[in-house]
Amino acid sequence: MPDGLMLSAWLIALLQALLYVALAPLLIGWVRKVKARLQNRRGAPLLQPYADLRKLLIKETRVPHTASPLFRMAPYIVFVATWLAAATVPLVALDLPIARIADIIVLVGLLALARFFLALAGMDVGTAFGGMGASREMLISSLAEPAMLMAVFTLAMTAHSTSLESVMSHHLADGFVLRPSYLFALGALLLVALAECGRIPVDNPATHLELTMIHEAMLLEYSGRHLALMEWAAQVKLLLYGVLIANVFFPWGVGREFTPLALGLGLLAVLAKLALLGAALAIAEHVVAKMRLFRAPAFLNLALLLALLGLLSHVILEIGA
Amino acid sequence: MDMNPVLPLAGLAVALALTSSAVSLFASREPRALRRFAMPLVGLAGLAALAAGLWALIADGSATATLPLGLPWQPWRVRVDALSGLFLMIIGLVTVAVGIYGRSYVRSYERGRDSLTALGGFTGLFLTGMLLVTLADDAFLFMVAWEVMSLSSYFLVAFQHEHAANRRAAFLYLLMAHVGGLTILLGFGVLAAFGHGFEFTAMRDAVLSPGWASVAFGLVFVGFGMKAGLMPLHAWLPEAHPVAPSYISALMSGVMLKMAVYGFIRVVFDLIGDIQWQWGVIALLVGSVSALMGVLFALMQTDLKRLLAYSSVENLGIIFIALGLSLVFLGTGHSLLGSLALLAALYHSINHALFKGLLFLGAGTILHGTHERDLEQMGGLLRRMPWTGAFFLIGCLSISALPPFNGFVSEWLIFQSALQAWQLDSGVLRSIIPIASAVLALTGALVAATFVKVYGIAFLGQARSRHVRHARQGAVGMRVGMGLLAGLCVLFGVLPTQVIALIEPVSVQLLGGGLPESGAQGWLWLTPISSDTASYSAPLTILLLALIAGVAFWWFARGVPRRIRRSDPWDCGFAPPSPRMQYTAASFAQPIRRVFGLLFEIDESRPEFDDPAPRYRLKLTDRAWGLFYIPVARAVESASRRVVRLQSGNVRVYLGWTLGTLLVLLWIIS
Amino acid sequence: MTLALLPLLQQFVLLLAALVLFLSFVLLAQARLISAIHSFAWQGALVAAVTLTVAVAGETHHLYFSAILTLALKALLIPWMLHRLTRRLGLERHTEDLHWPTLAIMAAVVLVIFSYWLVTPMVAQGLAFTRNIIAVSLAVVLIGLLMMVVRQQAVAQVLGFMSMENGLFLAAVSATAGMPLVVELGVAFDVLVAMVLFGVFFFQIRESIDSLDVDRLNRLTETADPVGANPFATTDEVSQ
Repeated sequence: MPDGLMLSAWLIALLQALLYVALAPLLIGWVRKVKARLQNRRGAPLLQPYADLRKLLIKETRVPHTASPLFRMAPYIVFVATWLAAATVPLVALDLPIARIADIIVLVGLLALARFFLALAGMDVGTAFGGMGASREMLISSLAEPAMLMAVFTLAMTAHSTSLESVMSHHLADGFVLRPSYLFALGALLLVALAECGRIPVDNPATHLELTMIHEAMLLEYSGRHLALMEWAAQVKLLLYGVLIANVFFPWGVGREFTPLALGLGLLAVLAKLALLGAALAIAEHVVAKMRLFRAPAFLNLALLLALLGLLSHVILEIGA
Repeated sequence: MDMNPVLPLAGLAVALALTSSAVSLFASREPRALRRFAMPLVGLAGLAALAAGLWALIADGSATATLPLGLPWQPWRVRVDALSGLFLMIIGLVTVAVGIYGRSYVRSYERGRDSLTALGGFTGLFLTGMLLVTLADDAFLFMVAWEVMSLSSYFLVAFQHEHAANRRAAFLYLLMAHVGGLTILLGFGVLAAFGHGFEFTAMRDAVLSPGWASVAFGLVFVGFGMKAGLMPLHAWLPEAHPVAPSYISALMSGVMLKMAVYGFIRVVFDLIGDIQWQWGVIALLVGSVSALMGVLFALMQTDLKRLLAYSSVENLGIIFIALGLSLVFLGTGHSLLGSLALLAALYHSINHALFKGLLFLGAGTILHGTHERDLEQMGGLLRRMPWTGAFFLIGCLSISALPPFNGFVSEWLIFQSALQAWQLDSGVLRSIIPIASAVLALTGALVAATFVKVYGIAFLGQARSRHVRHARQGAVGMRVGMGLLAGLCVLFGVLPTQVIALIEPVSVQLLGGGLPESGAQGWLWLTPISSDTASYSAPLTILLLALIAGVAFWWFARGVPRRIRRSDPWDCGFAPPSPRMQYTAASFAQPIRRVFGLLFEIDESRPEFDDPAPRYRLKLTDRAWGLFYIPVARAVESASRRVVRLQSGNVRVYLGWTLGTLLVLLWIIS
Repeated sequence: MTLALLPLLQQFVLLLAALVLFLSFVLLAQARLISAIHSFAWQGALVAAVTLTVAVAGETHHLYFSAILTLALKALLIPWMLHRLTRRLGLERHTEDLHWPTLAIMAAVVLVIFSYWLVTPMVAQGLAFTRNIIAVSLAVVLIGLLMMVVRQQAVAQVLGFMSMENGLFLAAVSATAGMPLVVELGVAFDVLVAMVLFGVFFFQIRESIDSLDVDRLNRLTETADPVGANPFATTDEVSQ
């Protein structure tokens, strides 16, 4: 790649990464809005999450007496690791150099890094809730992560590559093919996304004081900018999963060259896909009730089963003699 | 090869280790001899081994020699090549750290009743045994060195023998080490019968029929698998490793288990040669079971050192998954992928030596500072011992396979090789390998849960007992020893391309090819197969992580209203939390215990709700005992009960048996 | 990549076959009887859809008829009968605790790989499409049998039996473009009669041992022990 093109590619990668943090609150706002409408409420404005973040950022930050330095480091690590993971998922354009830093497995690893520190931060203050949240989070993730990796392996084995870009280009080049394995992988990834982002059948994002909380229990002691970073990271994570599902399974529309037109079209396409996914999420959360904690393993076992069937149906049905 | 300094360096390492052992003989009269001379000599021996190993890997030439020792018709032969160089390097890296650490650690024994002579003497012998295992070039020296290693570590396990549990653990260890040694010997016997000699060169040239090759593979797999602690032959490991002094545990888990890996690779990849893919499937299955069960048991433990020992079972399982993949690929003629999986296994061997060494040293520092191994009594140690806390965190992150630390790179490489399963012709293999990698993924996630528990319970929160609240910071030497390993964990994680280039000669030597593409895009990019297939840039990952974190921190932490106020924890408005309200290690693991409850034998008793002195009791047993060990023990017992009838007490009956045996033997050989 | 070269209709058949397999897993692990019946109905509908697709692709007219027959029988009539049966037996809220659901699923996965391995020798070039479908059908049959092994509830066992039949039908339709119409009608009639007989039997069994737990049938051995051959058998009572 010539130097000039390389430079512009890095610039676009940087812009795309910034777009992730910029768009993440919007997606949450959209989901909440749709949900409110479904419940016959008017709901908060679409941009409310931005206002919330801003409020948290300018507020005073409190740290418990019993907290160690890790408590203050964790929000930065969680935010940065999640962001870096997101930045490697193609949002508007393919062939960006940043995607080569990390393939899908590294992406899963970065999310695991963020989760590791999130759980540690929950245990740091030494309250009962923090430990509870950390323990449950590790239970959920220890079942969700293999399902996610297996779903991703299905895609990787089809494209013979673990790079997200190659998976998407391979999919685009093949045109419209009905792959049973993709269907299963999509199902698995949807379930995993619900579990990992703390959405409704597994965790309730709207709760603050409930014995069943998971994600919120780990953040109880955070305030001010630390809380803002943690919340923002969670929003980026939701966006990441949304883009992953939207762009990997339905890659059509993503920009393949670095012209303003292609990039603009890519942005429009991904926004449309995300709006649809967000609405679907809102409807699902509206229809489904939260499960008790020990039903969650069954939910995730279904994800594992789907991912496993995806792999098997790839091996059995899609590879010839 | 007169100019090759590899053998003299390796010989120097052995000599230093033996000297350290000899110096310790004076420790009974002068306790400080151990600290002043024996431990530094161990460190120097490690340094010499490291130099020899690095030289063998970088200068890439093998050197052989015949020693004027051994039997008259069978002099001992030694050889250093890339493979033994790599394992010399592993021994060296951990031993240097242990030498520095041990100097401070043994001080606590100086006033105790335990025999320092035994401690120092057997440490030196143990190191000698491990060094000679890697150097041996004939089965005779190999077995002698192997037994020296096993026996001296037996005495180290039995070091604090006043506790009955330690004696029991040591006996179990001795028993299983001997059964393992026996099967290895039989394996060598098969090879020697076909190669007409005990030298490795003769065995290498031996032509085995596929059946006999499989027999030899089975024997050495059982033997080395027993040493490596693979399920279901692992029972000795979680008993023996925790009871030794901590730096010995670091050597045993970090290095001695690698000797089993070395032996397996040496015999199967090097000596047997004609690899069959079925062996790979067996190794893959056993490795997967060990990895998963190992981590589940680790997660359930509340004794820190026992937990680390179970986690060694898991890591050796991962190494054998990679070795199994390599065997499958080699057996089906995919030599590039075979190299990839083999290098992944070797990489993980190095990594495990580093982070498990680090974690055991950390556990030793905690034990030293608090006299506590039980996680349920710990808490808040990060504030009492910040350096240990920081290094231990690096160890936890590395072992949990999180980027950008070293454990991640090797697991990433294993995943990459597993994902190449589509190249195989057999559909069954194509479907088994991804399932094995799914097991690996599950294992990885559970490891993260395990070490969140360890770190969160031990170092975070508040102290759960008085002696932990007044924990002492470890001595400087201990911190330096841990810091060295922690630094290496980061280094091996951030520079994977260089590490691959360093260890590539092993696969070139054994399989005739390495990974030509791995560094093709420059040192920043690790591309094991090709840049289209997968790429990972650890340096850029850590650079970006640090850069963005720095910018974010600067952005948020500037200005006036940015200061932080300390306050009481909120905890949903409940009463101020007391240490007893924290989650315990057992409660942290409870959800996962419930989900995987089928795999354990759980004996749990909960207090009644009106119990005035409520006690909760939980006992978890390995099902392997009921399924495997107890039946074997019963069979042996009933067999011996039958044999015992020979013991009539009459001397003439015994003489009759002797006469009968003699006659039969004479008849056989005539 | 072979899949991308297949015509779209064949891809569709593969997709449907994969879903049939998935529903077999759901049937195996589904604790609620009513939900299991629904899954079975969906499986029947999918088999009918496969038949229809094969009919469209191969322009074999009698397959249209058999698609309609399958849909009517397997997706509507039999599920409806089972539904009515469970209601009359008072089993609507019946859930069955599978002892080791994960183990059953793992066994089913092994069966899938095993059936793939079994059909591998059919490496006649160009038969890959057929072979893959046959592997799936065989797996469906075996999982149906496995379901009959692991379930204690008689109605669930009938579901396992019927889903075995689904697997056979799938193989017949996709591998040979359907059996002759006469045979198909005969099989359909058999299944229907079997269903009716099962219904009658259920009432008889419950009349005599007051439960539909097939483990209770152990008592029918000719032992002198009046308490029952297996004192540890779980007493999964019918909720009435």
